[in-house]
Parts: sequence; C-alpha cells; structure tokens
Amino acid sequence: MTATLIWIFVALVAIGLYLSWTAGRLDRLHTRIDAARAALDAQLLRRASVAQELATSGVLDPAASIVLYEAAHAARQAEEEQREVAESELSQALRAVFAEHAQVEVVREVPGGEAATHELTEAVRRVPMARRFHNDAVGAARRLREHRKVRWFRLAGHAPVPSSFEMDDEPPAALADRTG
Amino acid sequence: MRIGIVCPYSWDVPGGVQFHIRDLAEYFIRLGHEVSVLAPADDDTPLPPYVVSAGRAVPVPYNGSVARLNFGFLSAARVRRWLHDGHFDVVHIHEPTSPSLGLLTCWAASGPIVATFHTSNPRSKAMIAAYAILQAALEKISARIAVSEYARRTLVEHLGGDAVVIPNGVDVDFFAKAEPNPDWQGDTIGFIGRIDEPRKGLPVLMRALPRILAARPQTRLLVAGRGDEEEAVESLPAELRSRVEFLGMVSDEDKARFLRSVDLYVAPNTGGESFGIILVEAMSAGAPVLASDLDAFAQVLDQGAAGELFPNEDSDALADAAVRLLGDPERRAELRERGSAHVRRFDWSTVGADILSVYETVTDGTTAVAAAEDGRAPGLRARFGLARD
Repeated sequence: MTATLIWIFVALVAIGLYLSWTAGRLDRLHTRIDAARAALDAQLLRRASVAQELATSGVLDPAASIVLYEAAHAARQAEEEQREVAESELSQALRAVFAEHAQVEVVREVPGGEAATHELTEAVRRVPMARRFHNDAVGAARRLREHRKVRWFRLAGHAPVPSSFEMDDEPPAALADRTG
Repeated sequence: MRIGIVCPYSWDVPGGVQFHIRDLAEYFIRLGHEVSVLAPADDDTPLPPYVVSAGRAVPVPYNGSVARLNFGFLSAARVRRWLHDGHFDVVHIHEPTSPSLGLLTCWAASGPIVATFHTSNPRSKAMIAAYAILQAALEKISARIAVSEYARRTLVEHLGGDAVVIPNGVDVDFFAKAEPNPDWQGDTIGFIGRIDEPRKGLPVLMRALPRILAARPQTRLLVAGRGDEEEAVESLPAELRSRVEFLGMVSDEDKARFLRSVDLYVAPNTGGESFGIILVEAMSAGAPVLASDLDAFAQVLDQGAAGELFPNEDSDALADAAVRLLGDPERRAELRERGSAHVRRFDWSTVGADILSVYETVTDGTTAVAAAEDGRAPGLRARFGLARD
C-alpha cells in the first residue's frame, strides 16, 4: 500500500518536472520570438530610413523620388495590420527604382552616395535574413504549442499565439548581385 | 564583437569543416573581432592562439562509421567553463546535430546562438530516437545557416524551421595568384580527393580513362590525395597505368598550383556532398571544371553555366565530355572566364560579411551569451527557488 503511494508520488513528481521543463522551453521560445521580432523591426526601419533619405536627396529623378518616398513613408507609418502590405510595397518600389545597374552607379557617384548604396545594400539583404529567423522561431513555438501536453495543461499561459511575418522581401536585382 | 565558435571535429584531423572554421576565425580576427574557437584536440597538439581545447575526442561507432566525438561530464564542464569565461556576444556552432561539442553547447548556452549545417545527411535512426531531446536543444538556435540550397532543403524536411543560405568561403586570390607548375601542364586532367573513398568518384574516372586515352593518347591524369595507389589503378589495363600520376597528399600551396596548372579539373563524386568547396577552389584557380550533376555541384556551378556537368556515375558521358573539352581550347577559355567571375560570391570578403550580418541581426535585440545557469533563462533550480546567488 505504502509502496503504491510512493510510486504514485514519484510518478507525479516526474510528470511535474517534465511539464515544468516544457514550460521553460516554451518560455525560452517566446523570448526568442520577441528578440527576433525586435531585430526584424530594426532592419525594416533601417531599410525604410535609407530609402527615404535617398528619395529626398535629389539624386534620383523626380518620378523615382516620389515613388520611393511614398512607399518608404507608408512603410514607416503603417499600422500593425497593414505593415506586411506596406513593407512589401516598399520592396516593389525599391525593385522598380534599382532595377538597372546604371541607376546604382548614378547614386554611387554623388558625394556620400557610396555610403548610402552600401547601407541600402546591407538593409535589403538583412531584411530577408531577419524575417527568416523570426519565422523560424515562430514555427518552432507553434509546433510545440500544438502538442497535447501544452494544450491540456495550458503551459503557454496567456501568451498570444505567435504569427509569422509574411511579406515580399525580394531585393532589387542590381543590389543583390554579388559578382561585382 | 566577441565571437565564440564551436568546432565539432578534432582540430588535428584535416577536414572541410575545420578549414572553414580556421579561415572564418582568421578573417574575423583580421577585422579586429575577438574570436575564440572551442575544438576537440589532443592536449599535446600545438594549437593556434585562438583555439581552446575541449579535450580529446573519443572514437565511437556512430551512424555507420567510427566518429570521433566529445561528450560526457568532462566535456560538458569544459563547454560550460568556456562559455562562462568567454562572455561572447554570439556563439556560432557548426554541425549542431552531431552528438558532440555542438549539441553540448546548445544545451549549456543561452542567448544568441548561430548554427551552420554543413552536411545534408538524411536523418539517422539515432536522430529519430533522440528527436525530442534534439529539438529542445535546437530550439535555442536563433539563426540557422545552411551551406547550400540543397542543405537547406534537407534541413527543412528533417528538422522543420528554416535557414538562410550562405555558402562556404574560399580565399579566391590565393588560388588565382598561384604559380602554375610546368610539370603539371599540357593535356592534364586533375583529380583531388581521397583515393580509397568511393564516394569521391575516382573509380568512375578510372572507368572513363581508357576511352579518353583512346581519343587523346597524350592525356595524363594527375591524382592528388591519400590512399592505396596500386588498388586505384587495378581496373586499368597495364599499358595505360603509366598515364596516371599520383602526387600523394599535397600542401595548400601545391594544391593551388595544381589547380592553376591542369587543363581540366574533374569532380566525379557520386554522392554525400552538400557543397563542393573543391569546385570553388578549382574555379578560383581558373581551372575549367567538369563535375557530376549532384544537386550541390549543379548549384555551385550555376546549373552548368560556370562549369560542365555530366550524369552522375556515367563514365561514358564523362569520357565524351572530357575529350570534347580537351580538344576545344576556346570552350575551356570561356569556362575559365565564367568560373572566375562566378566564384567571387564565394570569396571570404563576401561570405564573411554575410555571416557577420547574421551575427549582427541576432544580437540586435538581445543580451550576450551566458552559460544557462547564470543567464536570465531560469534553470530548474531557479524555478523551484533553490538557486544560489
């Protein structure tokens, strides 16, 4: 009788430890998502700022300047729900403006243009990176949250279900080219 | 930036991953970053100043062959101490799924972890059994890097999640500026790789050789790599054996000169390649490349634009392509030119900058790496209020 009770107690402790460990895992994943989201926000903001700077610098022709300014401004001001759309539109605008190598060369030649091109190249490369890391973390958390033990014991607590960030982040051809 | 790099394989045994880590560490040190590499090594092997030994790797049977791995209490303690002493901004683990230092570091660390997946082996039985444990450790990785699109695909299929593709790096100018050796020039075909490793494909090339020699009797095959030379030429008719020259293991300098000299570099590998660094080295040296059409090779050769491909294990196709290329100097010049331009994206200046971008992206929103117990993620003891401060 006592032996049975002891065994039940041991089993309960083991289950408790396991659940606590899983909760820790989930907590760590949520922290990782927060960090990845912050990094993604920073990269998106950096990209929009460089685009806006270029648009107002007078280096580009007036039509390209307006298109780029509009898109960059919209991306920076967008509400959370419209963010993905606005950022995708900025990607499209950047692709339209920097479709040709010639355009990149024009920007490079003006004073300070080299630095601006470098910043923009870095930004359009890092946005897809940051987004992939963010969505990777979100995927891992969602897979764990779908698990029975997490749902039955409500290990996720009140944390909202994380959602991935979906956007068009294809960089402009003239900036993505790595052979130069 | 303070960077900690974890190498899963013995530092004293030459290998692709070790060379990659050595070049990466030296590239970052040149840029002024602080780098520490944790690697298995015998206590008496001389190590570069930036390498910290994690103790001797133990040979154990794993995944169908004998692997030298680090595990157990002592190794775990060394990993923990290294993490604690290093105060790294980011830890970069290579090959995190091998049951060695990489996995131990995943367990012990908290904070920004970057991991590079080099091989694209199908999931092993052991990995399926240990899936839950592995997943818990891999979840800590903030950024995954795959060395090729092919490696990324296997990663996504077997482990879920996603990765960015950053190829392995090569010091392009080291190969481009090497001095050709006249002894190795003039109708020569080059092959570099372990002779006795069938997956490197030397047998395929040996089967193709009679046909190549029938069309172009002046051709010589130069083989650089260790292994049993007698056995390698066994399948060849006796009178043709003199057309094969074995150079044994070659130094880095000789390898560059070798690739600068040969008229055609052939990579007949039959499988098990996730990247193909040798093709990049050959293209850097300006050697026209003819390779089997493995996924990884096709990608490195830009789907055949930067080098020619032949159907895997088809020695007749290999022979025909080799004869055609050796007899067509214009096509070889064209391949040389395209290869040299294509290969710039694999130069350390590009690859290193991309890896640094990954570091900066993951460190943007977080604090430094810590050994898990003293980090902000509460350990088990902390969660039960038992942690000592």
